[in-house]
Amino acid sequence: MADKILNKIYVKVWRQNNPTAKGRFETYTVENISQGNSFLEMIDILNDKLILEGKDPIAFDHDCREGICGMCSLYINGHAHGPDTQVTTCQLHMRKFSEGQTITVEPWRVGAFPVIKDVMVDRTAFEKIQQAGGFVSVNTGGVPDGNTIPVSQEDAEEAMDAAACIGCGACAATCKNSSAMLFLAAKVSQFAKLPQGKVEAKRRAKAMYAKMDELGFGGCTNTGACELACPKSISIAHIARLNREYLKAKIAD
Amino acid sequence: MSNFLSASIGRKVFMSLTGLFLISFLSLHLTLNLLLIFDDSGNLFNQAAHFMATNPMIKIMEPILALGFVIHIIWAGWITLDNMKARPKGYASGDQLLKWWAPSKNMFILGGMILVFLILHIFNFWVKLKITGDPLLDKATGTGIEMHNTYALVSNLFIKFPLYDVIYVIGGILVGLHLSHGFWSAFQTIGLSNINWMKRLKFIANLIGVIFAVGFSAIPIYFLLKF
Repeated sequence: MADKILNKIYVKVWRQNNPTAKGRFETYTVENISQGNSFLEMIDILNDKLILEGKDPIAFDHDCREGICGMCSLYINGHAHGPDTQVTTCQLHMRKFSEGQTITVEPWRVGAFPVIKDVMVDRTAFEKIQQAGGFVSVNTGGVPDGNTIPVSQEDAEEAMDAAACIGCGACAATCKNSSAMLFLAAKVSQFAKLPQGKVEAKRRAKAMYAKMDELGFGGCTNTGACELACPKSISIAHIARLNREYLKAKIAD
Repeated sequence: MSNFLSASIGRKVFMSLTGLFLISFLSLHLTLNLLLIFDDSGNLFNQAAHFMATNPMIKIMEPILALGFVIHIIWAGWITLDNMKARPKGYASGDQLLKWWAPSKNMFILGGMILVFLILHIFNFWVKLKITGDPLLDKATGTGIEMHNTYALVSNLFIKFPLYDVIYVIGGILVGLHLSHGFWSAFQTIGLSNINWMKRLKFIANLIGVIFAVGFSAIPIYFLLKF
């Protein structure tokens, strides 16, 4: 069955020339969009039109367009990554929208993610949190040695679930406190469940926590919005583990 | 240790522990208050109130309870303000993921409304019992020991002033909503949760919310219907 064509939709998008400029919303009319198009293809089509008209195209982040790199963002109609579940914006399709609809597109609104241009934000803050402790620096041996360390299936699965985090920032963008706790929890959990990560577990939780606070992210109030927005469905149960790891480390101090 | 107290998680641990402490107080409060509807003579409730007013353990706990409230309230303001600063500019399209009425999104507002209710509640009863006194309290009910007729004070308010019945029903519902998120959230914050226990804790939290909302509301409704 052929995809339906949306004759006319309206895209209300945030335009901001540079990090310090005062931004504004602008509404563009986009015609003849197939519902089989991805959302980003629709923006590409709109940008082609803007370029032909001699206007500045909308700057937005994207890379793999396969839902795995974590580069795309966009807050669409009140949902991080748009009104679909468990997908990133690049995997969102126009079939989620209807004829004549106005689609509001905003950048991640997080103090620690300043807008670079239009709907593109600087997510270096996540890199900084990761650099503060999201690594294993002890020698874990080569691959055959690694395989001789027994890890239960359950632990391996849980660590893998946490490691599914692509660092897109949807959690912080959705959280009413702009908290990076789900990201932090995923990064701490993926190591905390494995023997290689246990060695530095205490230092890691403390360092990453301190970095998150320092960068100006808010605190967690357990609303669970992050878990719903997460394209990888990372559970907030990992946040409980993060808190546990942190408190254990602090009590031992 | 100093950075623990100022860290976002450290502050939340305070919220969590004081919150759980206040829930334990509310459980006792609700249990004793329900005596109001099980004994229309008021003897049971008066004896309970007398016990609470004279028991040395309770005397020790009273200032600790007050401190628990103060920490919970001040820390809530501190945390909320800091969290608001983390998002200098909001979304034009709002948040469509969680419903606007979700208790988890409104803990500060619910808490603020409960605080207003609490102040009124203290003026209704505590101030009269401990400071100003009230003619209603002097009508002894003949239990042998000399004690305040607290039952008369409570029943008078609920029978004579229907507006207070409405306010107290709303107060009960607000507490129930606050706890339906607060209870499980407290455990999550101190790390006593995992994928299995989170579901159980959320269930218990909702149950506690309903018990407190229904329990506290039942008292004014009982007096309104019965008398």
